[in-house]
Amino acid sequence: MAGAIWVLGESKGSDLARVSAEVATLGSALGAAAGLDVVGVVAGASPDGLAAEFARYLPLVHSLAVPEAAETAFASAVGPSLAALVEREQPAYLLVGATSDGRDIAGILSVLLGWGVIANASAILWQDGRPEVEVSILGGKLLTTSVFTGQHGIITVRPTSVTAEPLASRGSVVPVTVSPEIALPAVTVVSRVAEESEAVPIDEARVIVCAGRGVGGPEGMHLVQALANELGGTVGASRAAVDSGWIPYSQQIGQTGKTVKPRLYVGLGVSGAMQHMVGMRTSETIVAVNRDAEAPIAEVADLVVIGDLFAFVQALISALQARST
Amino acid sequence: MRIVVLAKPVPDAGQERLRNDFRMDREATTEVINGNDEYALEAALKLVEASPDGGEVVLLAMAPDHAQETLRKGLALGAASAVLVTDPALEGSCALTTAHVLAAALRELSFDLVIAGVDTSDGGGGVVAAGVAALLGLPYLSYAARIEPSDGRVRVRRITPNGYEVLEAPMPALISATQALGAPRYPTLKGIMGARRKEIVIRTLADLDLAGARARGVEVGGAAATARVTGSRPRAPRGTPKVVQGSPAEAAQEVVTFLAERRLI
Ligand SMILES: Cc1cc2nc3c(=O)[nH]c(=O)nc-3n(C[C@H](O)[C@H](O)[C@H](O)COP(=O)(O)OP(=O)(O)OC[C@H]3O[C@@H](n4cnc5c(N)ncnc54)[C@H](O)[C@@H]3O)c2cc1C
Ligand SMILES: Nc1ncnc2c1ncn2[C@@H]1O[C@H](COP(=O)(O)O)[C@@H](O)[C@H]1O
Repeated sequence: MAGAIWVLGESKGSDLARVSAEVATLGSALGAAAGLDVVGVVAGASPDGLAAEFARYLPLVHSLAVPEAAETAFASAVGPSLAALVEREQPAYLLVGATSDGRDIAGILSVLLGWGVIANASAILWQDGRPEVEVSILGGKLLTTSVFTGQHGIITVRPTSVTAEPLASRGSVVPVTVSPEIALPAVTVVSRVAEESEAVPIDEARVIVCAGRGVGGPEGMHLVQALANELGGTVGASRAAVDSGWIPYSQQIGQTGKTVKPRLYVGLGVSGAMQHMVGMRTSETIVAVNRDAEAPIAEVADLVVIGDLFAFVQALISALQARST
Repeated sequence: MRIVVLAKPVPDAGQERLRNDFRMDREATTEVINGNDEYALEAALKLVEASPDGGEVVLLAMAPDHAQETLRKGLALGAASAVLVTDPALEGSCALTTAHVLAAALRELSFDLVIAGVDTSDGGGGVVAAGVAALLGLPYLSYAARIEPSDGRVRVRRITPNGYEVLEAPMPALISATQALGAPRYPTLKGIMGARRKEIVIRTLADLDLAGARARGVEVGGAAATARVTGSRPRAPRGTPKVVQGSPAEAAQEVVTFLAERRLI
């Protein structure tokens, strides 16, 4: 399978991460354009179940068992095995989601394999016999294209860059084993805590209602949540709302939070500081509610509601409910 | 407790510009320490302050010579000294070779912890820290929301997509920092004055032992970059937004119509 395009599948809890299915779909289109095979790889303590799920999106998935991954930190545990498998099977390119695990693995594989990394792809074309990677930089102000200077490379792909499409028929799972010559220092996992949440993670959400400082406090947050429920969305936040302790950091959008690209972003009492806008300006539709007509978020919005957010959101919820009955 | 913080000078948010060769323009704009690296620095300062046997924080950056000015901002916050790896040949370096250069510079320093940021705001991909750890054979504990050293070991609460995990490893180790560690302090006048007298050690490529990189067949420097930007275009502007005013009920009705037209509800 030399020269193939490989796609790494990762888990979220016990399921396949949605971004992995998206990257598989992106990789398949790239493979078709390039005339290259596209192969999935899932590594972990007991990867077969996840590999089977991944095979809904790819014709062939390697299931690489790395027992150490059960109680040691993921990327350091699976990195050497993945590198050994790559060296044996000689794929040309590796695609992985730009998630915390995906980036950790990309960094480790980059140095173990000596391959370059192009990060945060939003699209990949096949041009002149190599991938041409589109990256939205500076918070979406510019779209750049990048290439590898050599014959190999690792590409991390932003969540929600494409819509995942399962294959007509499920692919096959092939268990593989390797004995890597090196190991990375073990990092013990003392405990894993899943914070139960019904909501879709913010960077995968199709609809986001974002709370800013203007929401004022926990009471305002209830209103934000109510609107998110009505729209089938996830609640996000500016750093001001996170710093105020109204919502956990995991929901923060922006430079030091998550980059999101939902179909709909609704900002409530968000001014639109540069550090916030870099995380949301590539959203498909942006609606901003602010009592200040001069708020900078209007620069990137498709629709601006000028007025008090509390009165407006209550009216909007009523209007949405009236519509659905 | 000796901690090295990997602190990248980056253009201030909103002021970034690309040059005609598609590289980040690092001359024309004011620079700051990358946001996530400031959280790394704050966490490092707190750990040293809490450490019974004291210690110090050292900044490490690979950047153009004028970055000394930016590093002074970190010294003003409390770092004891800085190491700046600077060399015209490094301009245009890729993530892989940056990891090799930082690793080579770290080999000459002694530390209990290295703390980096999880990613950089000037287009970095959140991969350098993992690479540095793998090159140096340091335990790698990423996406830290909490750092607790004790008895030669360190515990990190790592943020995961659906919660967190508690990681533990012996020191020395490398940790990547998130904003959840806590907001950076402000510089004091005394800090700013004191920073002028602190040492910034300048290292060029010739000063570093890059045998480790060469042994892996990796040449460092811009000429050997593994990836290159070949083009850039501004994103198509959205046009002027629709502005909705009026009573809440009227505004709500307009928004419902707008969302329905776009098939969002
Ligand atoms: C290194 C660094 C990293 C950062 N990273 C991030 C990041 O990742 N994400 C992020 O979001 N920020 C980030 N910031 C912070 C950023 O600069 C802003 O401070 C922050 O985004 C402001 O949040 P806000 O818009 O909610 O609050 P504000 O700027 O205070 O805006 C509140 C808005 O609400 C409006 N408002 C108030 N009351 C009402 C009402 N009743 N009805 C309608 N409108 C109302 C006001 O008119 C105002 O426009 C970062 C800053 C730094 C220095
Ligand atoms: N040139 C550099 N100088 C110092 N630290 C760096 C440099 N590049 C990256 N880093 C560190 O590595 C982290 C991740 O960077 P990146 O992979 O470029 O997003 C940053 O937050 C820094 O802590």
